[in-house]
Amino acid sequence: MRFGVVSFPGSNCEQDPIHAARLLGHEADFVWHGDTDLSGFDAIVLPGGFSYGDYIRCGAVARFSPVMAEVVRFAERGGPVIGICNGFQILCEAHMLPGALLRNRGLKFLCRSVALRVEESACQWLELAPGTVVNVPISHNEGNYICDADTLERLNGNGQVVLRYCEADGTSAAEGSAPNGALDDIAGICNERGNVFGLMPHPERVVDPVCGLTDGTAFFTAIARRLAEVG
Amino acid sequence: MARFQIFVTYKKGIFDPPGATAERALQSIGYGEVSSVKIGKYIQLEVADGTPESRVREMCDKLLANPVIEDYRIETVEGA
Repeated sequence: MRFGVVSFPGSNCEQDPIHAARLLGHEADFVWHGDTDLSGFDAIVLPGGFSYGDYIRCGAVARFSPVMAEVVRFAERGGPVIGICNGFQILCEAHMLPGALLRNRGLKFLCRSVALRVEESACQWLELAPGTVVNVPISHNEGNYICDADTLERLNGNGQVVLRYCEADGTSAAEGSAPNGALDDIAGICNERGNVFGLMPHPERVVDPVCGLTDGTAFFTAIARRLAEVG
Repeated sequence: MARFQIFVTYKKGIFDPPGATAERALQSIGYGEVSSVKIGKYIQLEVADGTPESRVREMCDKLLANPVIEDYRIETVEGA
């Protein structure tokens, strides 16, 4: 199992998924944003950071990087793609996932651990039982997920909402549990097929026990097991 | 050379945190008559003579604005 982690100009979280994947016994290597060959990779990670300085909108320029056309084809063939933080923003800008990420409601950059509830979804990247609460850090300024009412209905109906921000006990607060104001507390979504997954939290930062938490491990092991089964 | 001005704003119903903050700030420093502030982007574009507005529209749809959350208005700058 070999993960490819795309480095865009301005990415700054590309080391972490490489470290996480290798720690879990997988191969992982960088993919340059100018590359157009993804052969040899089993899964693609679009990492966090500030691709192209976040200019125009977060992810708006990275979407046109040469590598992205290949990432789209990789996903269309069923290849697993995960976009973390800025990677999620890029997936939305590239229309590989619906909706958009707005500025956090409170206008503050949020950098702390949050509780996330795993929802019943089609996501191939996560096999945790629905209702499971994981603690994963967020670190973003534009994580306020938004989409129109029809899209939200479709996301809920198709099992495309993968993770919701929640309280420590897994419940949702009446006023919403999303620290960034995200619609319906949405922290992560997938496409209908479940192979493309975007999320604002950083599971790659909580894989190595030296970081204190290991709740992020499940985000790497499920896809590896699935790929091993498919052969 | 032709010039265009592009105004990008959030679609109706999309929360605009910087606008809402500016609105509250203006009210709190004594401008109680303020009922709404929306903050958007203003883009100046210079293109080759004869470039049709449809091309500029394309640029907006592809890159300069995100149709999921934003509207835009294009104005031609006369006498450029």
